[in-house]
Amino acid sequence: MIEVKNLRKGFAGKTVINDANVTMEAGKCNLIIGSSGSGKTVLMKCMVGLFHPDAGQILYGGQDFTAMDVKQKKEIRKEIGMLFQGSALFSSMTVEENIIFPLDMFTHKSQREKRERVNEVLDRVNLKGANKKFPAELSGGMMKRVGIARAIVLNPKYLFVDEPNSGLDPQTSGLIDQLIKEITEEYNITTVINTHDMNSVMEIGDHIVYMYQGHKEWEGNNKEIIFSKNQRLNDFIFASEFLRDAKDMRQLEETGKISNDRNMEELTAHDAPELVPPPEE
Amino acid sequence: MTKFFTDIGRYILMIRGMFSKPENFKMYWKEFMHQCSEIGIGSLGIVVIISVFMGAVSAVQTAYQLTNPLIPPETIPQIVRDTVILEFAPTLVCIVLAGVVGSKIAGELGNMRVSEQIDALEIMGINTKAYLVLPKIVASLVMIPMLIVMAAVLGIWGGRVASVASGIIDATTYDRGLHMAFIPYNVFFALSKAYTFSFLIASIPAYFGYHVSGGALEIGRASTKSVVVTCVAVLFADYILAALLLQT
Repeated sequence: MIEVKNLRKGFAGKTVINDANVTMEAGKCNLIIGSSGSGKTVLMKCMVGLFHPDAGQILYGGQDFTAMDVKQKKEIRKEIGMLFQGSALFSSMTVEENIIFPLDMFTHKSQREKRERVNEVLDRVNLKGANKKFPAELSGGMMKRVGIARAIVLNPKYLFVDEPNSGLDPQTSGLIDQLIKEITEEYNITTVINTHDMNSVMEIGDHIVYMYQGHKEWEGNNKEIIFSKNQRLNDFIFASEFLRDAKDMRQLEETGKISNDRNMEELTAHDAPELVPPPEE
Repeated sequence: MTKFFTDIGRYILMIRGMFSKPENFKMYWKEFMHQCSEIGIGSLGIVVIISVFMGAVSAVQTAYQLTNPLIPPETIPQIVRDTVILEFAPTLVCIVLAGVVGSKIAGELGNMRVSEQIDALEIMGINTKAYLVLPKIVASLVMIPMLIVMAAVLGIWGGRVASVASGIIDATTYDRGLHMAFIPYNVFFALSKAYTFSFLIASIPAYFGYHVSGGALEIGRASTKSVVVTCVAVLFADYILAALLLQT
């Protein structure tokens, strides 16, 4: 579990995160949502230690990350995997070299064992046989999957994902969402996803935090979000045309024009696309 | 002015931040060897060309100016030798290397910064200053003085080839002149400059590249700025070293 307590962070006199209190639940897909400039990226960067907060605490399993020295932080960071918005793959290295890098740096396994582990994670993200390709030869979706493979190669406890669907078509976005969800459950990872994609929210949002002007405005799950009374959250989520119908249905419910006995699963569940590797490019 | 002092402060902090225990010595060694190849082998061609022509032109122009028959012809190789060792090989080659190596370092680190590769390394728990910057500086300190020694030898040889080819003096006279009035301290001075410039050539562009924020345009700007600042720093250090070490 990751707890953020009274976190504050500003840049050049402007407060970006203002007294944020958030808890990321263990073994679940925790989504941070919010409009651009709401502070969700800064919050995530504070959580992984890329930004040092001005005030407040970030607790990893009860240990205060902000109060740790460099050596202690390094130990925590070995338990963190992160997928960046642009995948952040090392462009001069092949897919295999990218994934083997953390193993080379932090383990004393033999080359054979490392290769086996690389093949294992590549297989898990449905990229079997892509070992010798360079990032420039991969599609956006494939790069994300290599990024995920690199992030999980050391069996992290925490997985941070920044805008997993940016630059991807809806079908590939669905595949990536499903992959993250499956990996979270399979490896029992605490996953924190920063997104403003409402499809992701509805598909994989076990626990959702809505950020507004640097603080937590709302917290819940993908079933509760539709029925939230929070006006700011509603303005954000119902900006999506897909969900406007759901809003209308809710209003009909509230006015008693339709009965309230429908199954929420029907409203929130979509036909998840099957996880199949795309054709070789 | 505030920006200047901020940059100086951040530069010193970057240098200080490089010194930590390596996460994995083997990986650091691999990176160091890679940088030696990039900086040393990668610059070999341009250094060879510059050095030979620098010596050749130096010989021809010295001969052109020494028209007095009372001045012995052995003076030409002496002037070529001392000019090449004292100034041309260390300073001219380093100015060129500031462009070749400096822009490469700034571009590489800048690209890694904007594409979040440096952040990715940080999150893995790697000291990025130690892993990315230190091997570049150490590789420069190892390879650039070697290139400068080679440039000095090639420059003097270039002067010999040009002198003989254009009939200024014969090879025997040139060789005899080279052995006359040789001051070994000049080599020490040249190497002092070489090590100082090597540090500047790697560390200044690394600073500009490491601290890039923005996109492709900013990487280009950082690269250009790093080359300009490095050239000025090299020339400034050149003067300081000359004033300190060459007492007349």
